[in-house]
Amino acid sequence: MTDPAIVKDPEKEKRKIKSVSKMKEIMTTYYIEAKTARQNGKKVAWITSGGPVEFLIAMDVIPVYPENHGAMVGASKMGVDLCEKAEAMGYSRDLCSYARVDIACSVTNGGPIGGLPEPDFLVCCNNICGTVLKWYEVAARHYNVPLFILDTPFIHTTFSASARKYVIKQTYEYIDFLEKQCGKKMDFDRLHEVSKLAVAGLRLWQEVLDTAAHKPAPMTAFDAFFHLALIVTLRGTQIAVDYYKQLRDEMKQRIADGIAMVPNEKYRLLWDNLPIWYRTKWLSDKFSSHNACLVGDTYTSAWSGIMDLLDEDNFIETGAVAYSSVYINVSLDIMLETLKKLIKKYDVDGLVMHSNRSCKPYSFGQYDLQKMVMKELKLPTLIIEADMVDARSFSESQIETRIDAFMETLKA
Amino acid sequence: MEVLDKIKRISNEPYLYASNLKQVAGKPIVGNFCSYTPEELIYAADGVPFRLFGTKNDILLADAHLQTYCCSLVRGGLEDALKGNLSFLDGAVFPHTCDSIQRLSDIWRLNAGFAFHIDVVLPVKLDTQSARTYMIDVLNDCKSDLESALNTRITEEKLWQSIRLYNRLRQTLGEIYEMRSNDPDSISSSDLYHVIKASMIMDRDECLALLTALRDELKQKVNDRTLNKNKRIILSGGICNHPDIYTALEESGAEVIWDDLCTGTRYFEGEIEELGDPIEAIADRYLTRIVCPAKYLTVTARGENLVRLVKDRNASGVIFMFLKFCDPHSFDYPYLKQFLDDAGVPNILLEVEEQLPSDAQLKTRFETFVDMID
Repeated sequence: MTDPAIVKDPEKEKRKIKSVSKMKEIMTTYYIEAKTARQNGKKVAWITSGGPVEFLIAMDVIPVYPENHGAMVGASKMGVDLCEKAEAMGYSRDLCSYARVDIACSVTNGGPIGGLPEPDFLVCCNNICGTVLKWYEVAARHYNVPLFILDTPFIHTTFSASARKYVIKQTYEYIDFLEKQCGKKMDFDRLHEVSKLAVAGLRLWQEVLDTAAHKPAPMTAFDAFFHLALIVTLRGTQIAVDYYKQLRDEMKQRIADGIAMVPNEKYRLLWDNLPIWYRTKWLSDKFSSHNACLVGDTYTSAWSGIMDLLDEDNFIETGAVAYSSVYINVSLDIMLETLKKLIKKYDVDGLVMHSNRSCKPYSFGQYDLQKMVMKELKLPTLIIEADMVDARSFSESQIETRIDAFMETLKA
Repeated sequence: MEVLDKIKRISNEPYLYASNLKQVAGKPIVGNFCSYTPEELIYAADGVPFRLFGTKNDILLADAHLQTYCCSLVRGGLEDALKGNLSFLDGAVFPHTCDSIQRLSDIWRLNAGFAFHIDVVLPVKLDTQSARTYMIDVLNDCKSDLESALNTRITEEKLWQSIRLYNRLRQTLGEIYEMRSNDPDSISSSDLYHVIKASMIMDRDECLALLTALRDELKQKVNDRTLNKNKRIILSGGICNHPDIYTALEESGAEVIWDDLCTGTRYFEGEIEELGDPIEAIADRYLTRIVCPAKYLTVTARGENLVRLVKDRNASGVIFMFLKFCDPHSFDYPYLKQFLDDAGVPNILLEVEEQLPSDAQLKTRFETFVDMID
């Protein structure tokens, strides 16, 4: 006899993205491989989410992303406990929650996967923040392993010729570092192959995101948050390319079949900053209840945002410049230009900004961006004060009231 | 002491001093927030580098631009700029340090309305040859930017003149610090606070004259066999703009006899070699000086330095003092504490916002700490 409670709602079933199971399978395999790297004689490197992973892939090193791990901790709602553990170790509550939970996991082997595999060496690219530098220093002391820093000068107005020279030089130093750590020479043909796959992956990821420009959108930013993992962790591999082809085709099929992610999509919104990992479902339901769909965001498009700067046939030099030019390594006025393009592309009715206590470079300046967007584009905006992993900084009643009020103004 | 009184007046009313200086001497005043500001270039361009410390008053206007989880230096600095309190500034120079200052630079450039704005995107790591080359390039870019902003030529001769002046300034500050370290009764720590603060504000020629006079006066006073029996403490952190803590500490039986502060030894330590290319010489001082936590030298450089300082200065404790929401310092704190604990050096952390805790609270904390030191 069938339990009536588990009879599936065909409407809901229709909306589910079928590729999700494949994605979960890939990520599980990836983490098993990373955790058993030692047994298989492979090196493990920890790398920041904005770092040039292609060189690691080309050297057959398994890249591990503490930030992706932080997101997993957040999504599994284990953030508060681990944050408190880091605070007990002396790390201030005001520090980045990704860093706090990751540092706590290093010591306790806690979290959803019992801690990350130990690194053989560390690669820190500061194109996303200054926090990663301090965080990787902590890791370098804890594991007593070498640290390579790829220093990408911030772009306030222009990217100077001196900065360009500096990042290109460092890319060669990065290769030297990897050769030393791995005890073998870089295979530049292989690097070329990996570069091609990386660029192909980025283009496909952008195509996936672009499908949400369709009205109604076949996917939302919440789906993008989930499917992002591969462009971060497996960029430069055939796996990522194949997967994003599958996902893009599924999205195109949904458009053809008229399947929308939000049933009665009426209001289209753009999201700014990292997700609130422990509340994605709640937020998704909340916006859906207003027939509002988050169709795009500045965060998941940050990786593919640089793809036009990349030349797969001259990856070393163009990559250095591209990696320095990511969305968060540029000034507010340059960010505004990107924001305007996204607002136009997705044809949104409003902008929702997550003021994220954990991410100062992403959040400071949001008030100015908000004012500029309201003034230049007359677009309604909403700011939600929260944190990406630390749920203690999330006030449900306050945020609910603000979202409801914002939606009322959009409807008016 | 007449000299000290003059210094204190300047330190207590920096904005008044700068306004007068601008009116009387007609010199451009160049604001900055950081000890990595290439002051030698500003001086060589006939400008006066003016260190900003933010405001201790209520934040009203900056609230529209910066969240409350931003440190009081950044919020307070912007508040002063937006309120018009810094109308004497011709412009500002923003060296790259932390994420907050980086965004402050954007917000400042877009809102504060000064005549010029120069970003100096220094390298974050200081341990490689390519970082050194880049540092030199950036300083050369900064030189050109200053030349156009202040409509002047920075000749090599002017640069060397500036370097010589800064070497003497820093050396004299070092000598005064040494005298206090040897005999804390020679000059109180709160007076020394005013000395260093005024040194970051004043017309530097006038500053050198005052510092030299002060040093000579102190030389008469200093007792090689100090009678001071207070516990010897090192203050470590970012900026200190709270002279009251020195008095509270002294009343609790301890003395700050040295520091590892951005508004302290990190401002004056390291001499510029008066040889070769002047820009390279300036860069090399930054590359050898002890780092700020927003810069990278090695993963344990700051910890080793702190333990060495305690030993060299014959100190018996460390007070960490930094601003709430300061990421670079907060990240270093657990490891620095561990280094001190392992070396058996008592230490406490004082995290400050715009306002210090009440006198009574502060004294209780300090007294408990001083009791921990045997």
